[in-house]
Amino acid sequence: MQIKEMAERCGWKLLCGKAGEEREAEGCYIGDLLSWVMSRAGENNVWLTVMGNINAIAVAALTEVSAIVLTESASLDEEAKNRAETQGIPVYSCEENTYDTAVKVYEMLK
Amino acid sequence: MSMLHLTYQVPGDDFTRAGEASSDVKHKLKKLGYDPDAIRRVAIAMYEGEINMVIHAGGGEAIVDIDPDRVEIRLEDQGPGIADVEQAMQAGWSTAPDNVRTLGFGAGMGLPNMKKYTDEMTVDSQVGVGTTVFMKVFPGKKE
Ligand SMILES: Nc1ncnc2c1ncn2[C@@H]1O[C@H](COP(=O)(O)OP(=O)(O)OP(=O)(O)O)[C@@H](O)[C@H]1O
Ligand SMILES: [Mg+2]
Repeated sequence: MQIKEMAERCGWKLLCGKAGEEREAEGCYIGDLLSWVMSRAGENNVWLTVMGNINAIAVAALTEVSAIVLTESASLDEEAKNRAETQGIPVYSCEENTYDTAVKVYEMLK
Repeated sequence: MSMLHLTYQVPGDDFTRAGEASSDVKHKLKKLGYDPDAIRRVAIAMYEGEINMVIHAGGGEAIVDIDPDRVEIRLEDQGPGIADVEQAMQAGWSTAPDNVRTLGFGAGMGLPNMKKYTDEMTVDSQVGVGTTVFMKVFPGKKE
């Protein structure tokens, strides 16, 4: 499933990185400690986190996850937003907590 | 002489630019057609090393040599050094201050990741002098 479709069906709001919305979403990874995420998130995973800073964008680029979903309305820094926009990494926002979001992702990928 | 020799200055305490060197190397390796697994390993190991120089050492220099059969990464800084390298290499060991932890760092997983993702790694460090991390990745070998 394309990340765009998943986002629409889950009701996530796109904050930036529209250019990357056609990427496939395959699997999911959850985490806020960047070194941890760095070594474990897989290519095309949907990454659920509350970490909306420039380093998170760097980690997303290096691991080639398909998108970042900021749960519980966690904020995205201005510079992170700009970087994600230029790199075409979709960043979404949602109000639900990470668990509820993960359950939705599970349903979508099933 | 290597096929491609690159050097980068990594600024200290500048999180907005941290990661530029590793992402540049990643793009170059992609253009050169390296195996995706090797590219990922180089990018992760180098990013961790870069971030360590930014957080723990006030910046440093990254020197990268690319050849068809190997990628060598040397990270040099004149920071405070590491008193006990063996301890620092352990998963979970970290001296990262709280302000850095709120940014998502400080899991104590950087050095273990670098070790895991490279084929060879040495850390030379002297307290009060600095730290040099030397890593090699051989494309087409192991995880
Ligand atoms: N270049 C360096 N100069 C001085 N000390 C360092 C350097 N690199 C690592 N260290 C020391 O080794 C410790 C472990 O490093 P490591 O990268 O494994 O974890 P971390 O940077 O603390 O957290 P993480 O990498 O998970 O965000 C650091 O907390 C720091 O004390
Ligand atoms: Mg580290």
